[in-house]
Amino acid sequence: MTVINSSQINKTKKTPSTILWMEKNREKWSRGILITLVVGYVGFLILTPIIALTLTAFEKGAGEIIDSLNQPDVLLAFWNTLWISLVVVTIHAVFGTLVAWVFVRQRFFGRDLINGLIDMPFAISPVVVGYMLLLIFGRNGLLAPFIEGLGIQVAFAMPGIVLATLFVTMPFMVRELVPVLEAFDTRQEKAAATLGANSWQTFWKVTFPALRWGIIYGVTLTFARALGEFGAVLIIGGGVQGRTETTTLFIFRALDERQYIGAYSAALVLGLFSLILVLGSDWLRRKAH
Amino acid sequence: MNSEITSPTTDKKTSPRASGQLVIRSIALSYLTILLIIPLLVILQDGFREGLGEFWRQVTLPMAWHALKLTLWTSVVMTIINTIMGTLTAFVLVRYEFPGKTILNSIIDLPLAIPTLVTGIMLVILFGPQEALGGWLKEQFDFSIIFAPPGIILALLFITFPFVVRSVQPVLLELDRAQEHAAATLGASGWTIFWRIILPPLTLPVVTGALLSFARAIGEFGSIVIVAGNIPLVSQTAAVYVFGEVESENRLGASAVSIVMVSIAFSLLMFADFLRKYSKNAKKEIT
Repeated sequence: MTVINSSQINKTKKTPSTILWMEKNREKWSRGILITLVVGYVGFLILTPIIALTLTAFEKGAGEIIDSLNQPDVLLAFWNTLWISLVVVTIHAVFGTLVAWVFVRQRFFGRDLINGLIDMPFAISPVVVGYMLLLIFGRNGLLAPFIEGLGIQVAFAMPGIVLATLFVTMPFMVRELVPVLEAFDTRQEKAAATLGANSWQTFWKVTFPALRWGIIYGVTLTFARALGEFGAVLIIGGGVQGRTETTTLFIFRALDERQYIGAYSAALVLGLFSLILVLGSDWLRRKAH
Repeated sequence: MNSEITSPTTDKKTSPRASGQLVIRSIALSYLTILLIIPLLVILQDGFREGLGEFWRQVTLPMAWHALKLTLWTSVVMTIINTIMGTLTAFVLVRYEFPGKTILNSIIDLPLAIPTLVTGIMLVILFGPQEALGGWLKEQFDFSIIFAPPGIILALLFITFPFVVRSVQPVLLELDRAQEHAAATLGASGWTIFWRIILPPLTLPVVTGALLSFARAIGEFGSIVIVAGNIPLVSQTAAVYVFGEVESENRLGASAVSIVMVSIAFSLLMFADFLRKYSKNAKKEIT
């Protein structure tokens, strides 16, 4: 578009036709160079590593991949990852919606500060997250006497892993829902109230349907992030083989023990699963609009 | 902690609706407090337990100091490359039509979906010293990527790639092109137009995207522990250092370096937030 416009404009000014031709050519060249540069960069940075992993995992055939994954400890790791992520997603779907709603609809003291803090899990190192939880629930931790009194184990056990994953995935749901809620016209709710709906009915029949896509997208992002969490889970869960080992922790251990096929296959499956989740929901959303 | 109860807006009336809202707010805020604020306070308290001097001594220990410096400079290099390439990518995606554009647009989001540990493994497979490409680089140029800073920068570039692109893209889409045409009419070259007309309104999204990638890079662990290993004073970043200190039960060291990392992340996020609000207000004043 610019090509035609700028050159036409140049013609009406003073440029002789040879310079016009050069100008046109230069536009074409810069366009070609920029596209090649960007495609080359993305190909090198993102696609080549993905292809390399896929090829290496399949080097000895699909049978080898299935064999290496069909081990009791690997299956348990996958199972752990799956149910932890499901628990985390369920909790965030409820409380994340609640938090987003409170932020958009209510004004209160400290709102701006907390609004900034919600993004913190996004920037805090997962290692630090795991360590913070260890300081609270660990052997000499802040709440250790209390937790022991209750007879629950949090550190190096499933509750700790769930907490760590909850922390790390905190922003997704809220950040996905806040803009949707802000765009939502509250007159619809008022109309529902005028027509005699109670607040629960109003939320369920009017607000919730408008939020549906935001919730679905927030859930998939949370899910994908929960599946892949590693640093925080490593520290608080300890990665006890056969007990608190999640998929990422299994991959880490397998690399350490030089079981490369197992590590690469599990990495491939995990990566593929999150890819399908995120791209799938993206596709659904585009179809819905 | 329960400042919300004394908030003036809520005690105007005690109708069931208002008290219902108060309950919802209290639930939401307690959820955030338990999950977010208490852990942050605990680490602050732990790091400064022995006083400021001890905190500083832990941070400036040779291994810790080197890890922090390495984290900062690799993140800076990544941010520079990512800012330039991210802006270019957004520009190409918005302004040009070419085959495969939709695919390119979806590829941008892949790093958000792939677990960072998997990213690390992919890079080791590609550039590891025993692998074809990595071995060739090592032999021909004596250039190591894995277990060295270039690997860290590559991993960070992979992970943070979407941030600048996705922050610049929507703004570029909404940009009014009449100004560019006007500049062209007045005889400005393509380069001048880009530099003087297109770039200024993009400054804010570019800077926000850069800040986000930088904040994200400071704490990255999963990919780096695989790509860079854990070699003190060579390729050990701050996150990997904290991991090591936790494992060897050096609480003071772990807490001190954690506090430094959290403070950097926090100030960057607050700054990005401030910039966003500042631009919103500026826009309001114009219209």
